[in-house]
Amino acid sequence: MVLALLSAAISGIIFGIGLALAGMLNPAKVAGFLDIFGLWDPSLMLVMAGGIAVNAAGYFLFVRGGKPIFASSFSLPEARQIDKKLVIGSVLFGIGWGLAGLCPGPVIASIGLDPAGIFPFLAVMLVGLKLGVIIRTRI
Amino acid sequence: MTINWAEFTPLMSFSGGALIGAAALFLMLTKGRIMGVSGILAGLLPPNSSFELFWRLAFIFGIIAGPLLLTGFGLYTIEAVTVAKDGVLYLAALLVGLGTAIGSGCTSGHGICGLSRLSLRSMMAVATFVSAGVLAVFVMRHLF
Repeated sequence: MVLALLSAAISGIIFGIGLALAGMLNPAKVAGFLDIFGLWDPSLMLVMAGGIAVNAAGYFLFVRGGKPIFASSFSLPEARQIDKKLVIGSVLFGIGWGLAGLCPGPVIASIGLDPAGIFPFLAVMLVGLKLGVIIRTRI
Repeated sequence: MTINWAEFTPLMSFSGGALIGAAALFLMLTKGRIMGVSGILAGLLPPNSSFELFWRLAFIFGIIAGPLLLTGFGLYTIEAVTVAKDGVLYLAALLVGLGTAIGSGCTSGHGICGLSRLSLRSMMAVATFVSAGVLAVFVMRHLF
């Protein structure tokens, strides 16, 4: 149990370091990636490429057919249907992501760097998340 | 389309991305869970309570600690964690929360984990949120 918690913490640490090095904590850089009609910074394509290369290799080598160390089985999403919730939710998220240059991971990773600076965004985002969970069950 | 070569950081971004992928793989191989930040956060909001809270909290503490380790060793600095003006910032924050909850995932869960599993739902989600993001930036930067 302690080791399971430690492994989650280690995953978080690696993730947080990766986000910082990748440039994902800089909202201006994220907006620069989305600004394909202006001065376009393609860096985030490489963030995705690096992330997917490592994760996909591991997934196809170890996850399919295997078993995790601290759980009885892998918890993988079972939904297969592309439904309106997926599309509507992604449209709303994309607009917010573009407007602020922030998505949930970098918001959390910014807490220690500038608590006062990120708090308003974090608080409103959590309210939105809770509202979204409720709305999701009703549409 | 004009490429912003001055801001382009291919090596650092690829390396950072590789670490993000490694973090997702590590969480999957140990806890057996998808590294999706919005889903993990949603699992922490009341009225949820169980052992499932603890690994989520440990993961969140890890994310906060990671960049602090870098700054502690003088390896990283950041100018500003937010750049948008107040009104836009609050609207964006609400949309990010609402959208990731309704769409069942964000850049980490759909973008890194889902695409790695070749999930059609995640491909649709990523295509949708990137397009919406491009549109939002276009409207904000080039129409106003």
